[in-house]
Amino acid sequence: MKRFRGFVIKEFYHIFRDKRSLFILFGMPVAQILLFGFAITNEINNVDIAVLDHSKDATTEEIINSISASEYFSIDQFIEREADIETVFKQGKVKAVLNIEKDFSQKLIKDGKAHVQIITDATDPNTANTIYNYVTAILQKYQQSQNESVGLPYQIVAQTRMVYNPELKSVFMFVPGVMTIILMLVSAMMTSISITREKELGTMEILLVSPLKPFQVIVGKVVPYIFLSVINAIVIVVLSIFIFKMPVEGSLFLLGLESVLFIISALALGILISSIAQTQQTAMMISLMGLMLPVILLSGFIFPISSMPFILQLISNIVPAKWFIIIIKGIMLKGVGLQYIWKETLILLAMTIFFIGLSVKKYKIRLE
Amino acid sequence: MSIVVSNISKSYKGVKALSNISFEVKEGELFGLIGPDGAGKTTLFRVLTTLLFADEGQASVAGFDIVKDYKIIRESVGYMPGRFSLYQDLTVEENLNFFATIFGTTIDENYDLIKDIYVQIEPFKNRRAGKLSGGMKQKLALSCALIHKPKVLFLDEPTTGVDPVSRKEFWEMIKRLQLKGITILVSTPYMDEAALCDRIGLIQDGVILQIDSPEAIIKQYPKSIYNVRADNMYQLIQSLKAYEHSHSVYPFGEFVHYTDRRTGFNPVDLKLYLAERQLANITIELTQPTIEDAFMELAK
Amino acid sequence: MENNRVIEVKELTKMFGDFTAVSAITFNVKKGEIFGFLGANGAGKTTAMKMLIGISKPTAGAAKVAGFDVASQAEDIKKNIGYMSQKFALYDDLTVKENITFFGGIYGLTRARIKEKTHKLIEELGLQDLTDKLVGSLPLGWKQKIAFSVSLLHEPKIVFLDEPTGGVDPITRRQFWEMIYKSANNGTTIFVTTHYMDEAEYCDRVSIMVNGKIEALDTPKRLKEQYKAETMNDVFLKLARG
Repeated sequence: MKRFRGFVIKEFYHIFRDKRSLFILFGMPVAQILLFGFAITNEINNVDIAVLDHSKDATTEEIINSISASEYFSIDQFIEREADIETVFKQGKVKAVLNIEKDFSQKLIKDGKAHVQIITDATDPNTANTIYNYVTAILQKYQQSQNESVGLPYQIVAQTRMVYNPELKSVFMFVPGVMTIILMLVSAMMTSISITREKELGTMEILLVSPLKPFQVIVGKVVPYIFLSVINAIVIVVLSIFIFKMPVEGSLFLLGLESVLFIISALALGILISSIAQTQQTAMMISLMGLMLPVILLSGFIFPISSMPFILQLISNIVPAKWFIIIIKGIMLKGVGLQYIWKETLILLAMTIFFIGLSVKKYKIRLE
Repeated sequence: MSIVVSNISKSYKGVKALSNISFEVKEGELFGLIGPDGAGKTTLFRVLTTLLFADEGQASVAGFDIVKDYKIIRESVGYMPGRFSLYQDLTVEENLNFFATIFGTTIDENYDLIKDIYVQIEPFKNRRAGKLSGGMKQKLALSCALIHKPKVLFLDEPTTGVDPVSRKEFWEMIKRLQLKGITILVSTPYMDEAALCDRIGLIQDGVILQIDSPEAIIKQYPKSIYNVRADNMYQLIQSLKAYEHSHSVYPFGEFVHYTDRRTGFNPVDLKLYLAERQLANITIELTQPTIEDAFMELAK
Repeated sequence: MENNRVIEVKELTKMFGDFTAVSAITFNVKKGEIFGFLGANGAGKTTAMKMLIGISKPTAGAAKVAGFDVASQAEDIKKNIGYMSQKFALYDDLTVKENITFFGGIYGLTRARIKEKTHKLIEELGLQDLTDKLVGSLPLGWKQKIAFSVSLLHEPKIVFLDEPTGGVDPITRRQFWEMIYKSANNGTTIFVTTHYMDEAEYCDRVSIMVNGKIEALDTPKRLKEQYKAETMNDVFLKLARG
C-alpha cells in the first residue's frame, strides 16, 4: 500500500508541475463552457431586418411595432421599392425583409386576409428558419390579439411550447455535450499520454523491473485523473447553474454516480490507447481521432442521431458518449430518476466493464 | 554463479540481435560487456532483466530463471537503463524517495551503500533532475538503482555521453561497490573501460567474440603490433595497405598499428619500403596490443 | 587571408545576458589541417562552432572562415563550407541516391554534376548494392560515411564535423577517419568538435576549451608530453581537474 501511495504521489507531482497539462485540465473546460455558453448560440437576438411597407397604414404600423418591440428583431431600415430588396441583402447587414402588400388594412377587413411576405437570407439556413418561425409566431400572436377583441367563435389556436427548454436556450443543449467531451478528454487522453510518456522517457523500464505490480501502475496512473475529472464535472455543473441559469432538475447524487461511471469507461479507453501507442504524440492523435471526433459527431451532441444515415446511427451505439448524453440530459433537464434511464446506464456499465477487461488484458508487462 | 546465460538468441524488430550467447558471471564479479552501437548489449540486458523474452536459450539471475521466476528477479535486481531514465520533473530527493518507496525501503535504510555517490549530489537534492548535468544524472541514476541493496546490478551504457571526468569517477564508484559484494554487469562501447573489469565479453552484431580477463585477451593476441609513424598519415596508410605482406593496418591516433602476415619479420625491410615511397621521419616500434586491437582482429 | 589560413579567430566572444559562453578565444587553422576542437559538454565549443559556421552572431571579437567574416558575411560562409553532425546527417526515409541528389541540389550543383558525383561516391564507398536502400535501414557506420561524403559534394574548403563518430565499432570508425585523412590530403580543412578524446588523437592539432576559454592548443603529441599523459583522455582529465 505504501508503494502504491508513493506511486500516486509521484503522479500528482507530474500533473501539477507540467504547465501544459494543467492548462488542458483546468483551463480548457472553463474556456469551453464559457465559449459554448455565450458565443455559440442557436437563438437569434437583435437580428436586423428591413421592411418594405407598400401600405403604410395603421394596421401595418402596429404589426411593424410588434416586431420591432421583440428582442429578436431590430428594424435596420425601411426600403421603398422591390428592387431594393436584393440590394439590401447584398449589403449583408439585413437578414430578412418583410414585404407588406398594398392596401393591407382594407384587404384584411374586406377579404378577411392579407399577405405579408417574409424573405430571409438563407445562406445560413438554420438562422433563416428560426427567423421565419419567430416572425410567423409574432404575426400569429398579433392576429390572435385582434381576433380576441373581435370575438370569432371556434377559434382553434395552435400553441407550441418548447418543453424542458421553453426559451430554446442552446446552452442547455451544449452543457451536457461539453461535459461529456471534457470528461473524455481529461480521462482518456490525459491517461493515455501519461502512460506513454513513461514509455517514451524510458522510465517504464525501471517501473517494470521493480516490485510494483502492473495493476498498481495502471490504477496509480488513473487515480489522479478520476479525482481531477470529478472536480471538472463539478466545476462545469456549477458554472452552468450559476452563470447560465441552467437547472438541474434531477438528483445531483445520481448525476455524480453516472458521471463516475462514464469517467471510468473513458479511463479504461485511455489505458487501452496507451497499450497501442509508443509515443505521446501517437496517443494524443488516437485520442483525438478515435475518441474526440466520434464524440462530437456521433454522440448526438451537436447533430441529432436520428437525422443521420442508418449506418452511422448503428455506429453511434458503440460510442459510450451517446448513452451518457442521454443520461445527463435526462437528469439535468428532465429530472428523471433511475427508472427512466436504467437501460442506458446498464449499457454504459456493460461497456465500461468490457473496456476495463480489454485494457487489463492488453497491458504489456514486457517491452514487446 | 550469479548470472548464467545459455544459448540465448533473440530477433528484435526484424534483426537477429543476439545469436547463441553463452557466458557466466561469478558472484561479486565486475563483468564488462564491450561492444559498439548495435552489438546487442541493450537487448541482452533487457532479456536478463526479464523485459524481453528470448527466442531460444535459458538464463538465470541470482539463481532465478528469467522466465519462470521473473517476478522475483524484478524485485531484487538493480537496473540502470541507457539514458539513465529519471523523472525529469521530480527533484533529486523525490526521485530517490520514489525508488526507495516502490522497493519497500527508505533512503536511510541503505544509505551507507550509496553514501559516497549520493554525497556528491546531495547539495542539489532540491533541484529538478532535468536540470542536472550528465555526470550528476549518472550518479543519481546509480543511487536509485542501488537504494534497495540489490545483489545484482545491471548498468546499461552508464558512461555514454558523459564527460571524461565523470566517466572516471563513475568507474571508481563501481569498483568500490564491487568491494561490498555486489555482482555488476556493465555494458560500454568504450574499449579503454574494458581494462577496469575483472572479465569482459567482446560483442559485435549479436555474437560474442571472446570472453576472458582483459589481460588474457591481450596476451592471446596472435600477432606482434608495431607502431608506425611518418610525416604524412594518409600516404603512410596507403603505402602500408599496398605492402604485400601487410595483415592489418589501423590508424591509432598519431601512429598506425601494423601487423605483418609473416611470423618474425624484420621491420627494417618495412622501413626501406616506406622510404622508397617518399615518406619521411619514419619510426617503427614494437608495441603492446590493446583491447581495441583484439576486438578488431576478432571482428574481422 | 594570411598565408594559407582558412580559419582565423581573434578574441571571439559570445555572451547570453550576463553569462559568458565563449570568452575571447584566439586561434588559426591552416589549409589541409585536421583541427580538433575539444571540450566537455557546456564548455562552449558548440556555441563557438555556431559562430564559425555563420548561424550565431558574436558578441565581440572577430573571425574569418574561408576568407569571409562571420558577422557580416554569414551567407557566403555557408556556401563555402560542409557540415555533418551525429544528430542529423541524412534523411532516413529517403534512399541513398535520393539523399545525394537532394543535398547536391541544396548545395547548388547542376544536374550533370550531381550525376557525376553520385557515381563517384558510390564507386568510392562501394555502395553499388545500397543505392536504392533507405538510409534508415543502414547501419550507423555506413550512414556516417555517406554523410561525410555528402558534406563534400560541393567541394568546400572546410568541413565542420560535429561529434561525427560516436558509438560505431572500431573498424568502421577507422574507415571513417581514413576518409578524413584522404580529404585533408587533398587540401580540405577538417574542423572536428568532439568530446570523445580518442578522436582527438587523430587530429593534427587540438584545442581544449574549459569554461569558455581555450586552455590548451597544440599537437596531441606535445600536449601529452606537456601534461605527462599517455592519452588525450588523460590530458583532458588533468586539465579539467585543474
